Amino acid sequence: MSDAPIFKLRAVTYRYLNQTIGLSDISMEIWPGQAVVVLGANGSGKSTLLKILDGLYFPQEGEVQAYGIRLNEDTLRDPGIARNFRQKVGLVFQDPDAQLFLPTVKDELAFAPLQIGLSKAEVKNRVLRASDLLNITNLTDRAPYHLSHGEKKKVALAGVLTLDPEVWLLDEPMASLDPRTKSCVMDFLVQLAKNGKTLVIATHDLKFAYLLGQECYVLGEDHRLLRQGAPQALLEDQQLLLEANLM
Amino acid sequence: MRRDFVAKTLAETGRAIEHTLFAQHFAKVKGFLQLLDPRVKIVTFFALLIVATCIRHLEILVGFYALTLFLAVVSRIPLGFFLKRVWVFIPIFTGIIALPAIFNVVTPGQNLFVLYHLSGPCRIGPFSLPEVIAITNQGIYGAAMLVIRVATSVSLAMLLVLTTDWVKLLKAMSVLRIPEVIIVILAMTYRYIFLFLKVVEDMFLARRSRLITQSGLREQHHWIAARIGVLVGKSYNLSNDVHLAMLSRGWSGSPRLMEEFRISWRDWVWICVVPLTISLWLWLR
Repeated sequence: MSDAPIFKLRAVTYRYLNQTIGLSDISMEIWPGQAVVVLGANGSGKSTLLKILDGLYFPQEGEVQAYGIRLNEDTLRDPGIARNFRQKVGLVFQDPDAQLFLPTVKDELAFAPLQIGLSKAEVKNRVLRASDLLNITNLTDRAPYHLSHGEKKKVALAGVLTLDPEVWLLDEPMASLDPRTKSCVMDFLVQLAKNGKTLVIATHDLKFAYLLGQECYVLGEDHRLLRQGAPQALLEDQQLLLEANLM
Repeated sequence: MRRDFVAKTLAETGRAIEHTLFAQHFAKVKGFLQLLDPRVKIVTFFALLIVATCIRHLEILVGFYALTLFLAVVSRIPLGFFLKRVWVFIPIFTGIIALPAIFNVVTPGQNLFVLYHLSGPCRIGPFSLPEVIAITNQGIYGAAMLVIRVATSVSLAMLLVLTTDWVKLLKAMSVLRIPEVIIVILAMTYRYIFLFLKVVEDMFLARRSRLITQSGLREQHHWIAARIGVLVGKSYNLSNDVHLAMLSRGWSGSPRLMEEFRISWRDWVWICVVPLTISLWLWLR
C-alpha cells in the first residue's frame, strides 16, 4: 500500500441549498488499492459523500484532499487538474438514467475517453474492450432507453471502465438488479479489486459489504460517522446496525 | 362507461409511446431509402425540399408529390399509414390558411361557383366587396398549390424521419457540421422524453391501481396539476444528476461523438437521381 492516502477528509459538513444537513463532521482516509464500503440507511448521506469525493459537491465546512490537492471549485477550474482528476476518479451513479444520455450505447462508452482527449483509435479499442468485458457487445448500437435496468447498469459501468480510472466510486451498484446481473456486477467488482483499483462503494446491502469490503464506514441517520473498521467486526455489532437502521 | 379525464390522458400517453416505437420500426426495414447513407439522405432531401418550395406549376408539383409516394412504396412504408400521417395535419394547418384564398374576395378571377349575390357593391371600412361572392378558378389553383406543396414538403420530411434511425440521423447531422451542442440537446430531449413518458404512465397507473370509484372532474384536474408539479420537480432533479454525471466523466462543454458512415453504390445512384430530378424540373419550367 502507498504511503499517502488518495482521499483525506477532515471534519466535512455539507448542507443542501435548503440548509438541510447532508453530511456532518465526516473525517476519513481512503488509501490506494483499498475496497471501502460506506454503509448507511436511505438518506444517510452516502450518495452525497461519493459526490464530494468526485468533486461534484463541495462542503461548506471542513476540507477534502484528493491526491494531495485540496479539492474545491477553484482547483477544479484549472483544466489540467480537472482532466487529471477526472481521468483518475470515476463515479457510477445509482440511477443509470442519469448517466446514459447519448444516442447509442457505443457513444456512451466513448463519451469519457473522448472528453479527456484520447485518440479515436484508442477510444475504439477501449469501447471494444469494455463492452466485451461486461458482455454488452450486442447492445453497442442500441439506444439506452431501449435497455432493461440491468443492461443500463452494465452500460453505466462500462461507461466508466473506458475511462480506466484508478478510483471507482460506486453508488448502490447492486440496487434493483436481478440475480444474474448482480453476480455479473459482483464478479466485475472483484476483478477490479484484484487489479489493484481503489473502490468506494455506497450501499446498505450488508452481505455485499461483507463480501467485498476491506474497510467499512457506517453512517448514521443523523448524517454523522457512527463507526469505522473491518466489515466483519462492524457487521457483528447488532447494536450498531440497529442504530444505523441497517437491520 | 365514459372514460374519465385521467384515463384518457393515460391512454394518450401510452399511444404516444406506441406510435413513436411503431414509426421507428420502419427505419429498420430493408427498403430503398433505409439503405441509403443518412448524410446523403439529409443533403438530398434538403435539395428536394427547396425544389418543392420553388415549383410554380400544379401539374409538376403533383408529379413531385407522386414521387414521394413512390419513394414511400419502394421504402416499404404502407401507403395508408403514410398518407394518414401526412394528411392528418394538412386540413388543420394548411386548410385553414388556404380556405379564404379560394374566394374572389381574396383571389379575384374567373368565377367557378357563385355562392351569394349582394344587392350592390359593398364597402367595409377600407375593404370593398364585389357584387357576387364566388369561388374562383385562380383561387382553387392557388389553394391547391399551397396544399400540395405542404403535402409534398411534409411527405419528404416524413420519409426522412421514418426511414432513418434517429440515432443515425443525429450522427449524420454531426458529420454535416451542424453544431454539436444542438445535436446533444436534440439527443437528450429525445432520450428523456421517453423516460418522462414512462414516468407519467407509471404515475397514472399507480393512481388507477388505488382507485375504486370514478373521481369527479374537479378532483381529476387537481390531481393532474399536482402531477405536473411532481414531474417538473423530477425533471429538475434528473437534469441536475445528468449534469453531474457529465462533469464526472470529464465534460468540458463541447460534445464529441464517434462517426462511422460509409457511402455505398446505392448512395451514388441516389446522388445521381436527385440532380436529374432537379434538372428535369428546371427543363419543365
